[in-house]
Amino acid sequence: MTELKTTPLNAAHRALGARMVGFGGYDMPVQYEGVLAEHRWTREHAGLFDVSHMGQARISGADAIGWFERFVPGDYQILKDGKQKYSLLLNDDGGIMDDLMAGKPDHGGLYVVVNAGNKEEDFAYLQARLEGDVTLTRLEDRALLAIQGPEAAEVMAAHEPVLAEMGFMDSARLMLFGADCFISRSGYTGEDGYEISVPGDQAERIWNTLLEDARVKPIGLGARDSLRLEAGLPLHGHDIDPTTSPVEGALTFALSKSRKERADFPGADRILKELADGPARVRVGLHVKEGAPAREGAEIADADGTVIGTVTSGGPSPTLGHNIAMGYVPPHLSALGMDLKVIVRGKPAAATVIAMPFVAQRYYRKPRA
Amino acid sequence: MKFTKDHEWVKLDGDVATVGISKHAADQLGDVVFVEVPEIGKTVGKGDSFAVVESVKAASDVYAPVSGEVVEANDALSGAPETVNADAEGEGWFAKIKVSDASQIEGLMDRAAYDAFLATL
Repeated sequence: MTELKTTPLNAAHRALGARMVGFGGYDMPVQYEGVLAEHRWTREHAGLFDVSHMGQARISGADAIGWFERFVPGDYQILKDGKQKYSLLLNDDGGIMDDLMAGKPDHGGLYVVVNAGNKEEDFAYLQARLEGDVTLTRLEDRALLAIQGPEAAEVMAAHEPVLAEMGFMDSARLMLFGADCFISRSGYTGEDGYEISVPGDQAERIWNTLLEDARVKPIGLGARDSLRLEAGLPLHGHDIDPTTSPVEGALTFALSKSRKERADFPGADRILKELADGPARVRVGLHVKEGAPAREGAEIADADGTVIGTVTSGGPSPTLGHNIAMGYVPPHLSALGMDLKVIVRGKPAAATVIAMPFVAQRYYRKPRA
Repeated sequence: MKFTKDHEWVKLDGDVATVGISKHAADQLGDVVFVEVPEIGKTVGKGDSFAVVESVKAASDVYAPVSGEVVEANDALSGAPETVNADAEGEGWFAKIKVSDASQIEGLMDRAAYDAFLATL
């Protein structure tokens, strides 16, 4: 086993008594006081997450945007300065190599965040395809914090009032806590909140400053996973992977209209055909109505017991008080209200297709001027 | 009360053993959200997976510390799985097994030996 890497907050996690686990090649906190308590705290107050294991980079150059669009199906030409957009790194078959955020926080090109477990592969793939004056610079000396929950905005506004004026998916480069930061109003919990890229050597100071606020508690990766599951957000490597298309993954919102019209992204043939004719399988949400939690790998069966698909994530929903799951089924069995079964340790249990997000998202959208 | 290296406990009363998971195991699991206890009448062998305990994150097998027949199961855990966290070595018991070979218990660790074992982990 290769040695785990650490984030600049490793000592801070240990000082807080976190239980540490290996995740994405990093020694990360899975919980502090307990997954359920941390999950609920984030839904009610403000949770602080160390997500420094994720991959941050800048893509710059005169044709950086045009070059980046060769690998993703989003329209970044029309993305306004000060905004970010969710997208997908697609392979030549239209499969999802990774999902990512890319934004325009300043005039220095795109600021990109990719998943921890894929970052080496993603950046190597992109770097091998650089052309012209385009550069990809990894920001390995930066940490990434997320503050999420209904009180996150008030907590952050107490430090910098201008942050209250950011709307969901706004992206900025600002001096915060006396440090040069990238900040976006986004996250992975379904709550309002921010993701803040800070210089690694300032991370512990900023982390501790945020924790001085009684509304803020540290939250581990355990609750991060249960929160994102409730929010219906896919986890790459589990709910979506290089064999999954954006249509199968129920991520067609990431296919920009202009890009579909131009059919100029990787795997466009397959993806446009699936949009027209339907995919072989599609990601759905399930309310598991009885028995044990249905987790990754559990089979999904139709009402007659014939296996038709697989669960890709699942577990208890602390907010809803029942078990939820996401998984893949054929489109003709994907309608809301469809009664299916999940098979856990050989036992079939009733499950119904329900809409995602399972728990309503509470993103802050600015009123239109 | 005796303990296994897999962190089950067993308490013998006559020829019936009450079985559960140790406080240490419950603490390591974190919040228990689901427990699957064995069916009454089921015959289990020492070391067989005979129950399942689930935290928010994962499902873990519970192994029978002794061989025998399940004569009672703690069905209260289905409605209150958090009892395993609150009182793992008491109200959080999983099942009662009519033991077929009481000598199997002799080989298990007592509290002091189990604590010493935990210190090595």
